[in-house]
Amino acid sequence: MSRTRRCRMDRLARWAMGGALGILGIAFAGLLLSVVMRGLPHLRPSMLLADGQGGGIAHALVGSLCLGAGASVLALLLALPAAVALQRAYAPPRIAEAAALVLDLLWGTPSIVYGAFAFLLMVWMGVRTSLLAGILTLALVMVPVMTRAMTEAFRSLPPELWEQATALGATRGEITLKVALRQALPGLVTAFLLAFGRGIGDAASILFTAGYTDRLPGSLMDPVASLPLEVFYQLATPDPTVQSRAHAAALLLLILVLGVTLISRALARRASRHRL
Amino acid sequence: MRVDRRWGDAAVTVLARGALFLVFGLALVLGLTLLLRACPMLGSLERSTLLGSAWAPAQGSFGLRTFLAGSLAVTVLALGLSVPLCLLSALYLSEHASRRLRERVQPVLDVAAGVPSVVFGLFGVMFVVPGVAALGRLLGVPTTGYSLLAGGLVLALMAAPFTLSVALDVLLAVPMGLRETALAMGATRWETAWHVVLREARGGLLVAVVMGFARAFGETLAVMMVVGNVAVLPTSLFGPAYPLSALLANTYGEMMSIPRMEGALMSAALLLFLATGAVSCAATLVLRRMRRLG
Repeated sequence: MSRTRRCRMDRLARWAMGGALGILGIAFAGLLLSVVMRGLPHLRPSMLLADGQGGGIAHALVGSLCLGAGASVLALLLALPAAVALQRAYAPPRIAEAAALVLDLLWGTPSIVYGAFAFLLMVWMGVRTSLLAGILTLALVMVPVMTRAMTEAFRSLPPELWEQATALGATRGEITLKVALRQALPGLVTAFLLAFGRGIGDAASILFTAGYTDRLPGSLMDPVASLPLEVFYQLATPDPTVQSRAHAAALLLLILVLGVTLISRALARRASRHRL
Repeated sequence: MRVDRRWGDAAVTVLARGALFLVFGLALVLGLTLLLRACPMLGSLERSTLLGSAWAPAQGSFGLRTFLAGSLAVTVLALGLSVPLCLLSALYLSEHASRRLRERVQPVLDVAAGVPSVVFGLFGVMFVVPGVAALGRLLGVPTTGYSLLAGGLVLALMAAPFTLSVALDVLLAVPMGLRETALAMGATRWETAWHVVLREARGGLLVAVVMGFARAFGETLAVMMVVGNVAVLPTSLFGPAYPLSALLANTYGEMMSIPRMEGALMSAALLLFLATGAVSCAATLVLRRMRRLG
């Protein structure tokens, strides 16, 4: 091949690659911009303060926060000890590899499957759609996300930390609680927020289990609304005033999720600056 | 004091191992429950009907073939659209872009990967569906816009940040020395990227694509909002499709009222679970093998 042709090919490829990035960037900018433009006019205080019967989305916001907070705390109770058990000092490589496989399996499982599974259990136990059922299902979705991220956080600690603490005579439990947990804390918080953000935007798992309502959640056994399902249900109505609730809910959801992502990134960066 | 410390250590171990055991148990119970509930439909008598194409719950025929085809069609279309774009973008970022641009793009990718699926669905209903309808009119194809193409486009956009960020990680892990060697031999940047970097990274890139597949295959709401949900075998880009996940989401309410419907729907859930599970486990194994070899 002649030199000019090779150079031309190189330039062409560069254009194609840059163009591909440009297309993706424009598509995403368009997506975010359109959600903001459609949602912003409707995101007034009156919308945020009234529940569904008053034409607002407060019930969905409160519902989502309850679901997300409850589920992520519940998931933390399982994910944190599981991640501790997957540290090198606790798990032989064989167990750690098997666990990674199982976690990948659970992580890749679509949330609709978790929803269907939880719905089966609910029918079996005779439970109606409720906040509690939603929290439990969402916790199932969050556990693999959180465990994987927390395992990474522990794994990124320098191995010398363990060696030195062991040399000083500390037991494994003491090192875990007093050294590893403290050193990995920023990573653990990031993992928690990551799972919270994932959970609060998830709709398929709570579709069958949390149900939907127009009111603020009263008790753990009542059905509860959520921002993603608010978008899903209200968008399907032909009435434009009701549709505006969907647009406002979508923007609010986007702000929440992006806010959580940005906070967790900032925390991670800040923590990585002064670390042992 | 000594005894106290030993007890504390043992307590931490037991708690941690117990939680890990519960996570293992969760996977087992999830799989077994779906399998048991799907069993009535998986029996030998029903095998032909389950894989048949007739879906008429009232008449007792629960063919899942249309839905499986719908899932596959929309996923393959989405990957076909997003994978080339993602690979080219990742190559640009790893081979051409300045460090500053790369460092700016990475947080954007994180943020984009976190956008909830229902937001993609909203965007799809507002812009992609009308766009596809307009395109259909332009080409003279009758379409409502709620179509396979709309589903594929929305899903492609959704899978893109995920695929792109995994692909970029893989490309950045290719040793700089390989590039320098190729460039020193007189290869152009593109030749280096194509013959050296891509070849070196192909296993990892395959994993990126495969994980994108798993995500897209099980995606529910975003797809369901734009894909039309008509139970016919997808034949045209502008025609509707009906993926497995949407079937589950739309009909779970009727599950208890129609005999044997539960078994059919749980077979659908089992199919989703097995397909995504097999794919993500395979990806992990490939990645682990590569790490061991490399």
